[in-house]
Amino acid sequence: MLVTPGTDGRFGDFGGRFVPETLVPACQELEREFAAAWGDDAFRAQLHQVLAEYAGRPSIITECENLGRQLGIRLVLKREDLNHTGSHKINNVLGQALLAKRMGKKRIVAETGAGQHGVASATAAALMGLECKVYMGAIDVKRQALNVFRMRLLGAEVEAVHSGSRTLKDAVNEAMRDWVATVETTHYCLGSVMGPHPYPYMVRQFHRVIGDEARSQMRERYEKDPDVVVACVGGGSNAMGIFSGFVDTDARLIGVEPAGGAAVGRGQPGVVHGMKSYLMQDEFGQVQEAHSISAGLDYPGVGPEHSYLASIGRAEYPTVTDDEVIAAFQLMARSEGIIPALECAHALAWIVRESPHMAGQTVLMNLSGRGDKDVAQMMDILGNSI
Amino acid sequence: MSSAGLLETTLRRVRSEGRKALVPYVTGGSPQWVETVRACAAHGATAIEVGIPFSDPVMDGPVIQEASQLALEAGATPVNIFEQLRVLDVQIPIVVMCYYNTVFHAGHERFAKSLVDAEVCGAIIPDLPLEESGPWCDAADRHNVATVMLAAPTAPDDRLPWVTARARGFVYSVGLLGVTGERQSLAATATLLAARLKAVTDVPVLVGVGVSNAEQAVQACEVADGVIQGAAVVRRMLEGGPEAVGEFVADVRRALDERFPRIKS
Repeated sequence: MLVTPGTDGRFGDFGGRFVPETLVPACQELEREFAAAWGDDAFRAQLHQVLAEYAGRPSIITECENLGRQLGIRLVLKREDLNHTGSHKINNVLGQALLAKRMGKKRIVAETGAGQHGVASATAAALMGLECKVYMGAIDVKRQALNVFRMRLLGAEVEAVHSGSRTLKDAVNEAMRDWVATVETTHYCLGSVMGPHPYPYMVRQFHRVIGDEARSQMRERYEKDPDVVVACVGGGSNAMGIFSGFVDTDARLIGVEPAGGAAVGRGQPGVVHGMKSYLMQDEFGQVQEAHSISAGLDYPGVGPEHSYLASIGRAEYPTVTDDEVIAAFQLMARSEGIIPALECAHALAWIVRESPHMAGQTVLMNLSGRGDKDVAQMMDILGNSI
Repeated sequence: MSSAGLLETTLRRVRSEGRKALVPYVTGGSPQWVETVRACAAHGATAIEVGIPFSDPVMDGPVIQEASQLALEAGATPVNIFEQLRVLDVQIPIVVMCYYNTVFHAGHERFAKSLVDAEVCGAIIPDLPLEESGPWCDAADRHNVATVMLAAPTAPDDRLPWVTARARGFVYSVGLLGVTGERQSLAATATLLAARLKAVTDVPVLVGVGVSNAEQAVQACEVADGVIQGAAVVRRMLEGGPEAVGEFVADVRRALDERFPRIKS
């Protein structure tokens, strides 16, 4: 049931490779190199080792007994927040950095929204001796100042992007412009299941470990698959990672989008950033700006495999509002002693709202990142009200 | 004569005369763009490339990004740009440059038809590589709209004949690894790629991206059949308006004609 795209890079009608001609040979090379590496036991063993001994995998699962009791469900978290660098992003980045080295590239570029992928990229680059440049929208640089400093501390160069909406989509544009100019020495370390083929497929494969681990952990601990699997969706990498383990089960798959960035919910098929996918756009195909409290979900598009899963009805993509997210963020902190990333608070917000319709069910939520990076922003929003 | 033929016929005629093609790029909908197009036509342009502004122009550097942003803020849409192109009457071929979502969102057939209605001869779509170009090219061919294919310095030798076989009007030989913008000197890749293309195709080969002044235009044309100049034109339009662009185009035209004069038959 999990799609392996052919050379056309399609998931159903979605995906493809809509890039400037300059980048076509690089994408083709990446496709070949990834296929070879993924089939190479030595590469897989190297990746497994670095995930285990550096990133801290496998990540555990945690049952939220307090919240579960309150909501009338069994709520289980997949703890990607406990990975090194604080989110799931490290899974993909370690894979791509190993691949970059295998391809003989000396430099990686990355885009980042909340800064989690940027931090993960800077980390992997430091570990593996690669030069690293991270593009980040000027608005995000401001609201995630701590992560900007963290990247610089790790030796990466961070460039604030002032074009367009000055958020994630513009950071992707700028990273692609860099890559067009430097493609001979540079690997574009794309941070989500988006972009031109083979990125959506490759990044999903690097994140499959989330779903594969969770599936066996759930079976071991509860002797059953979850009834519902929930994750937040911006580009959609953490969601694709956990969905991968459950697409062929009976579990409902829920990808929660922010109300102001609902690519699947409010978008139409379109082409940007190298892929055909659902996209928020106006009547002339101009890409619209997304608005979300969470920098990591502030993206008007979505990975093509999510568009495919939505189009065949296998996954659902509801939205939650910023207010629901702020409430969920505090709820998890107080009920469980876990401060979630604002992105993941979207998933919890949906669970809270829908819990009356899921009484007694087992709900697995991907806690894809920790909320330390969001504390300063929440302090501004909540002020003295808590 | 069909409109698709007009672009390629014009460029082939210029080549057969021993002269070189000069194609300035102007961002549609930006301040004084119509007057700028007229100034280009009046001062020796062979054809003109009109950009349809897009929210996410990944192949463009800061100058054309800025012009696109200004155009969008001023309310530019493909529809109102086409309306103005239809009544432009500049007597030389017009080609549009647009990103693929503009085409995809409109629908291939509808977009091709709207180009014909606007008396546009061709289209350059920089984020639509050969492998994804089939549905658009079919529609464009049906409507006699020339699809200009781009070729890049990174292409291996065996790819170039595939790209040129699909090219109509001319082949856009990307001058360097990078996005649009002015550079101090012409990249070595510019003439190298143009030569590789000339070896495999009879379709006119024009160098664009990083051809910044008259001297670089002459240098590129030692091999190529002509040049496209974008950022150098758009920067002058933003700074000095249509007159400044007219002077620049006249300078480049003069330099090209001095080096490559018309062959007397």
